[in-house]
Amino acid sequence: MSAASVHSLWTMGADSTAKIPTPHIEYAQLSPVLIVLGAACLGVLVEAFVPRKGRYYAQVFLAVVALVASFAAIVALAAGGYGSTKAHIAAMGAVAVDGPALFLQGTILLASLVSIFTFAERRLDPEAHGNRVDSFAAQAASVPGSESEQSAVKAGFTTTEVFPLALFAVGGMLVFPAANDLLTLFIALEVFSLPLYLLCAVARRKRLMSQEAAVKYFLLGAFSSAFLLFGIALLYGYAGSVSYAKIAAVVEGSVSTIDPALADTMGNDALLLIGAAMILAGLLFKVGAVPFHMWTPDVYQGAPTPVTGFMAAATKVAAFGALLRLLYVVLPGLRWDWRPVMWAVAIVTMLGGAIVAITQTDIKRLLAYSSIAHAGFILAGVIATTPDGVSAVLFYLGGYSFVTIGAFAVVTLVRDAGGEATHLSKWAGLGRRSPLVAAVFAIFLLAFAGIPLTSGFAGKFAVFKAAAEGGAGPLVVVGVLSSAVAAFFYIRVIVLMFFSEPKADGPTVAVPSPLTMTTIGVGVAVTLVLGVAPQYFLDLANQASVFVR
Amino acid sequence: MNPVNYLYLASLLFTIGAAGVLIRRNAIVVFMCVELMLNACNLAFVAFSRMHGNLDGQIIAFFTMVVAAAEVVVGLAIIVSLFRARHSASVDDASLMKL
Repeated sequence: MSAASVHSLWTMGADSTAKIPTPHIEYAQLSPVLIVLGAACLGVLVEAFVPRKGRYYAQVFLAVVALVASFAAIVALAAGGYGSTKAHIAAMGAVAVDGPALFLQGTILLASLVSIFTFAERRLDPEAHGNRVDSFAAQAASVPGSESEQSAVKAGFTTTEVFPLALFAVGGMLVFPAANDLLTLFIALEVFSLPLYLLCAVARRKRLMSQEAAVKYFLLGAFSSAFLLFGIALLYGYAGSVSYAKIAAVVEGSVSTIDPALADTMGNDALLLIGAAMILAGLLFKVGAVPFHMWTPDVYQGAPTPVTGFMAAATKVAAFGALLRLLYVVLPGLRWDWRPVMWAVAIVTMLGGAIVAITQTDIKRLLAYSSIAHAGFILAGVIATTPDGVSAVLFYLGGYSFVTIGAFAVVTLVRDAGGEATHLSKWAGLGRRSPLVAAVFAIFLLAFAGIPLTSGFAGKFAVFKAAAEGGAGPLVVVGVLSSAVAAFFYIRVIVLMFFSEPKADGPTVAVPSPLTMTTIGVGVAVTLVLGVAPQYFLDLANQASVFVR
Repeated sequence: MNPVNYLYLASLLFTIGAAGVLIRRNAIVVFMCVELMLNACNLAFVAFSRMHGNLDGQIIAFFTMVVAAAEVVVGLAIIVSLFRARHSASVDDASLMKL
């Protein structure tokens, strides 16, 4: 193309700025996100103006009220038909309000609510200088083991900033699966990632490990989001727009008006293929799929356990939501190119996660590898490319997130002098020492393994059924095989807890406050209800499985 | 000049940044390489914006700058706290969780 024609295009673009209409924002439909982000901003003000003694209570109250109010807004929107008949694209094409978005946002909010309870737990650690302490550092800025840290502990400081940080993360996660253009996708990704990097760094015990986890997560996360951004740049170059609908039209070749510049870039498949691959790499990193999973075990192990539970559940839900929308709305025209790649990723993720988990000796790392394997199972449903695939993935994510949060909440209870006793050998004989906690943990492990009458079975069944019907039979075979491998190490932990002698210097089980009890109770209840009577929720996921374009 | 040349430059910068992330051992330098990758993205956005004659790409470049600034705030806080605890910002030294 000649420079003159480029220039004329350019000045036309500049002239049309005079005609840009005022943006039309549907505040009511965006209210779930606005409530959470508004409460997060209020939380920052609370940090600035409320006296130190009252901050913890003010922050917990604010966070819980915001999440409940936001969930109520989601239910109101869904009841108003926005999940089905009135589904549309709000905020000038930036955010979709449709079934999958509302379902995943509801899941994220409920999962965050029960996570916030574990954030607020203050009865597990012994009191320090007469002050109750939670899982977070007295003062994150002070060097571990320094005098300033000791004086902060003595003064009874706590990092109450974790609540607004968590709310900001939740706000980003709510937008992520609903993002309807690539710019919103990227901003939402950063809005939920940045607070998570910080949350990883503020553990009260094992602070060096926690900081190390945060550095690893941050550097690798920033690296992956740079890939995502370059992918976005290439897709923008290919289609001349970042809107999902326009890119999808260009990919399918059904675009109505083609100007010379678009005709030039549309013919260049390298832009499309490399761009899509880079965006997928960025999303698969957040999902924790092999070969982008390297950060998962270290970050899950090093982060404060309540944060690990929150991150493992809510991030996965948000990232799979974004992945589904990208593959089903933007790139269905490219299906024959991305399906083989995703096949390979799903297979190595399922097998890799399950096999490496066998060798783990730390319970948090074990759960991290199990989450990698689960990412593979969910990917099998994503590959189905049928409405059933979408609803199966939605259902799986709903069940899985509560199991994960519950399991990590149980991990916070088993403690010795150094904090949480995460080494597996210390869990030996836990069933004799504390039958109830061991039994609850066994339920979660059975749900991870996919044993009937738990949510894990219903979810896996739905996902594999959808994958088989979507023409991915071999994938289902690999999935069932790796489920069997995974079941081995889940059962091994159960055997260790119930059929071995407790050690004399073994850990004690702390008695939690009603907060953590609620978290674990909700986890068990959801696991059993989704396992015994999944039909209502499968129907709900089915109704919510249509993406708006 | 043909705007495609700027795309070649953007890809080159992005590759240099990615290689730097993988090769360099100091966390600060690794982080600078990530910033270089983000700047390469900005250049690509602006070049594509010029090619297509719409303003989307330029606006995204502004968003990217804001995100990069926010990332610097968070990233430096984390890296500095690690450095103060260990007197080293090498990513090889951070290996407490190695099996």
